[in-house]
Amino acid sequence: MALAGAVLFFLIAPVAIIIIVSFSGADYLKFPPPYLSLRWYERFFGVPSWRQSIIVSTQVAGLTMVLATALGLLASLALVRGRFRGKGAIYALLLSPMIVPTIITAIGLYFFFVRIKATGSIVAMALGHTVLALPVVVIIMAATLQGFDIRFEQAALSLGASRLTALRRITLPLIFPGLLSAALFAFLTSFDELLIPLFLSGVEVQTLTVRVWNSLVLEVDPTIAAVSSFLIGVTTAVLGVSALLRGRREAARA
Amino acid sequence: MSTAEEASVSADVTPVPDPSLASAERRESWRYFLALLPALLLLAALFVYPLLGIVNRSVYKAGYTLESYRQIFRVPVYLHVLGGTFKISALVTLLCLALGYPLAYVLATCRPRTARLLMIIVVLPFFTSIIVRTYAWMVLLGRNGIVNQYLTALGLTDKPLALLYNQGGVLIGMTYVLLPYMVLTVYSVMLGIDPGLIRAAHSLGASRLQAFRRVFLPLSLPGIAGGTLLVFILSLGFFITPALMGGPSDVMIAMLIEREVEITLNWSFASALAVVLLALTLVGFLGYNRIVRLERIFEGRP
Repeated sequence: MALAGAVLFFLIAPVAIIIIVSFSGADYLKFPPPYLSLRWYERFFGVPSWRQSIIVSTQVAGLTMVLATALGLLASLALVRGRFRGKGAIYALLLSPMIVPTIITAIGLYFFFVRIKATGSIVAMALGHTVLALPVVVIIMAATLQGFDIRFEQAALSLGASRLTALRRITLPLIFPGLLSAALFAFLTSFDELLIPLFLSGVEVQTLTVRVWNSLVLEVDPTIAAVSSFLIGVTTAVLGVSALLRGRREAARA
Repeated sequence: MSTAEEASVSADVTPVPDPSLASAERRESWRYFLALLPALLLLAALFVYPLLGIVNRSVYKAGYTLESYRQIFRVPVYLHVLGGTFKISALVTLLCLALGYPLAYVLATCRPRTARLLMIIVVLPFFTSIIVRTYAWMVLLGRNGIVNQYLTALGLTDKPLALLYNQGGVLIGMTYVLLPYMVLTVYSVMLGIDPGLIRAAHSLGASRLQAFRRVFLPLSLPGIAGGTLLVFILSLGFFITPALMGGPSDVMIAMLIEREVEITLNWSFASALAVVLLALTLVGFLGYNRIVRLERIFEGRP
């Protein structure tokens, strides 16, 4: 019991301390901060290159979210409802980017995009991240679709709705909370990921994580505490919205 | 997501043959094939094909040769990196098990309401960027870092301790990053243990310790095995944390791969290293998949 408490403290303390010291007014990171200020946030949001990388990260993550959610939803529909041979193998293939070390996926994509001279583009990074985000979407959507009562859709079909209408008017609204949750996790997967953009980004187009990496290799700059807190904030927002959606879904089912 | 709901994603159900429905069924499977196609095409082009490219590059260097593999297993420096990677991974796995099992036990046996609240503390770091989590420990463990500030202020040490840029730093950082995987895997197995069995053991006169050791612990073994394998294979391929928190002698295989690609530009050798790492990972994963299903980890998602 005491050990479990200590482990929980070990898990949460670094995250909590980073958030607290990011509001420090001191020149180097002291805990607790001698006085509070927003100076590191002013640096973060004020310097054009940092702002630029927020935009790049958002674009890459947004495109990843759209691609991974669309492809993942279609694939999950087939996997959950279809009855065909080799389903287990396809499912394993769809999940495998989660297991293959990201460094390997990243250099594979790097060799590939170097050959077709497409490194340094937002689309290339988003495509790479879509590979990593697909398993996340498939896992969440497969669980959502299994909880969906297919009789609603069958009722619509028997009342004369076309397949597309039934999907659009009945199924999609009912699975929407799960779908939104999957999309948010796909966004987060891309927004937080370093290795693919580390290999694929150019000098000018850098994601937030790549810029953090570049400055950490040199020194521990307190601005990174503000950047980190921002990233933790994005994670917290995604987890919070997903928890709300889940609460609603469970309330609806009860 | 209850366990009953997700029981059969990959179960390969063979349809009952019924000639009158054959054409309808064919149309149906055609539709499912079309739905799968975009995802499969994307993975084929941007995942499978690049991986095959790596395999090809590892044996091709102005003609087919196994020279790169020979180099890995003959040159002492590279063997040392492989051995070091195994050693760090094993230590991280043990640390994760030692810290993760008790936490998973408390989560699985406390009231569900409490468990849900405590789970937030496990899941928030789990979904936080690895580079952010690594940075947090660099701030804590650095020469002028927060831990050293306290140690000096308390008079426990007069010179700041070297906590970062050595193996200790790597172990702390990697354990921190991988601990949630262990907790979530072990927890998912523990949830499936029938509490009635523990009550039965008590009613038959077992003490708390005996009931745990003779009933609960053996039933949670699949969780231990699964968590251990998962953390170990994820450790093998780790890059960000050891690269930022390790010293010059704490080179892991993924760091060597990055160096060969970016600095030495020896892509053939980098590819051979990647194939070795990939093979080790896949073997480990096949074992894991026999014990615990990967998607179980996501049940920790709030």
